[in-house]
Amino acid sequence: MLAFILRRLLQSIAVLLTVGLVAFALFRYVGDPINAMVGQDTSMEERETLREKLGLNDPAPIQFLVFIGNAARGKFGLSYRTSEPVGRMILERVPATLELSICAALFALLVGVPMGVYTGLYPRHWLSQLFQAVSLIGISLPTFLIGILLILIFAVWLRLLPSFGRGETVDLGWWTTNFLTWKGIQALILPSITLGLFQLTLLMRLVRSEMLEVMRTDYIKFARARGLTNRAINFGHALKNTLVPVITVAGLQLGAIIAFAIVTETVFAWPGVGQLFIQSVQFADIPVMAAYLLLIGLLFVLINLTVDLLYFAVDPRLRGQGMARPAGH
Amino acid sequence: MAVVVADWLKRAADSDIWWSFKSSPLTIAATAVTLLIVALAFLSPVLAPHTPFDPATLSLSDGLRPPALLSADGDWTYPLGTDEQGRDVLSSIMYGTRLSLVVGLASVVVAMLLGITLGLVSGYFGGTIDAVIMRIADVQLTFPAILVALLIDGIVRSVISVKRHDEIALFVIVGAIGLSFWVQYARTVRGSVMVEKNKEYVQAARVIGLSPPLIMVRHVLPNVTGPVLVIATINLGLAIITEATLSFLGVGLPPTEPSLGTLIRLGNEVLQSGDWWITVFPGVTLAALVLAVNLLGDWLRDALNPKLR
Repeated sequence: MLAFILRRLLQSIAVLLTVGLVAFALFRYVGDPINAMVGQDTSMEERETLREKLGLNDPAPIQFLVFIGNAARGKFGLSYRTSEPVGRMILERVPATLELSICAALFALLVGVPMGVYTGLYPRHWLSQLFQAVSLIGISLPTFLIGILLILIFAVWLRLLPSFGRGETVDLGWWTTNFLTWKGIQALILPSITLGLFQLTLLMRLVRSEMLEVMRTDYIKFARARGLTNRAINFGHALKNTLVPVITVAGLQLGAIIAFAIVTETVFAWPGVGQLFIQSVQFADIPVMAAYLLLIGLLFVLINLTVDLLYFAVDPRLRGQGMARPAGH
Repeated sequence: MAVVVADWLKRAADSDIWWSFKSSPLTIAATAVTLLIVALAFLSPVLAPHTPFDPATLSLSDGLRPPALLSADGDWTYPLGTDEQGRDVLSSIMYGTRLSLVVGLASVVVAMLLGITLGLVSGYFGGTIDAVIMRIADVQLTFPAILVALLIDGIVRSVISVKRHDEIALFVIVGAIGLSFWVQYARTVRGSVMVEKNKEYVQAARVIGLSPPLIMVRHVLPNVTGPVLVIATINLGLAIITEATLSFLGVGLPPTEPSLGTLIRLGNEVLQSGDWWITVFPGVTLAALVLAVNLLGDWLRDALNPKLR
């Protein structure tokens, strides 16, 4: 188990280094930091002095280390588009993206898993067939189209829910939240459904196929023979044993949710990190792109690592093997 | 000649694939929908009732007409209505679908060529080059394809000026999507090549003294194409969605040559005023196309490889 964790850690570091290299190459070679800082009428000599002063004439490996060091302290330079510090721009928008992603993930889990259990237990029931049909549509429709349709129905035609922005937010000093006002919560509903729908269908299909498999096993038959109630069998025995793959997929999908927040945030004009990234791609705002890349890279690596470790925590069989091996040495 | 064709037809009619196709109504329906959309798209210059991107034929007074079924005067000049500049929605969709299909197919071809080449090299030579290619694949797999495509697009945008970008947007987006989907092909091909390269026919080819590129392309490649074709069909739907998403986000094809995604984005800008048809019809076309292509891909996967079911 220790060897496994170590190998995973090394792999994560390799991924982070690669992402860091790409971000550095972007920052240093694709965009010209000097052009972004000075006006058109700055002479070549002045540019050269500035270049020297900023360390842009140093050997590339040293520049890379300096870049990584700065990034670790949240210093990503100034945005080409707004001339604000990139670190602060991103930090201001993190709460919006995180709250949206968490709501979407909760929606997918709390609706997707029960739907999966139901379709797994009663695969021939008409409601299960309906769920299956809906999930096929959920997988085929692109996220942005789902968002637009929801806006059309609930915001334009029915006028029930707001279609853009965060509504009212409460400023807690270092965090702005949607959860404390009614308008803020209303504003969260449509974007969360849009963002979570794909993951919902994925979880539902996964739980369904796992349940179908588990319900055929001998220990379920045995539990029935013992006269346990359906409830105890379905949830205590069957669902519990489907949870290992579900946790893995749900964890890995959290990263996908944060990445796809880019699309949802654009549809709903949600002032999050994803929207900032799209604006920076449109304007070729290199420092913001580099910073976003590093941030998302770190996030993905952390999520993947946590899921790997969680695997050991959840499945006693794996843990047993892992424990036995070091003891034998 | 006629005998050969007749024989070939007879063999095709007896094959497992044809039987599996015949016995699945859903697949037949999906094929029909796909063929219909493809035909309408590629015949758009002939069939489309209007030429939506020729400014000379547009008049602003025809702007924002609702679909013919809903309009009071029953005027069928614009069957699916017009957008705010008086462009016929049906014609825009036909031309837009053609672009979406072209970008989707082209990017699948790019991804396939790149993935097959790297997979062949990786599997045939092994060693350091294999390790390097597969580690790059690992890193790329950590991120969703759309993120990779966005990043590539952003880099190209910053290297060339925004004005010139519109002219080559088509190539940029094909390249970006192609580069973000190669990993799956490379891994599959590598796996099959590692099995194939130890078989007698490859050893024989090596003994005759053929060069490695020749062996890879002429002898190994034909034996690993099955799974590649399946992945390509499944990825076609994904590539079309990715293009539509990028165009919707405003970093794909420009409004001067709109794909389905661009049309949906343009329609979305006036959605709040209730002019739903400009967005909904391209959206439905996109959804129908992707759903049909996905169903075909699923069927092909099951028919060619029962093990995967």
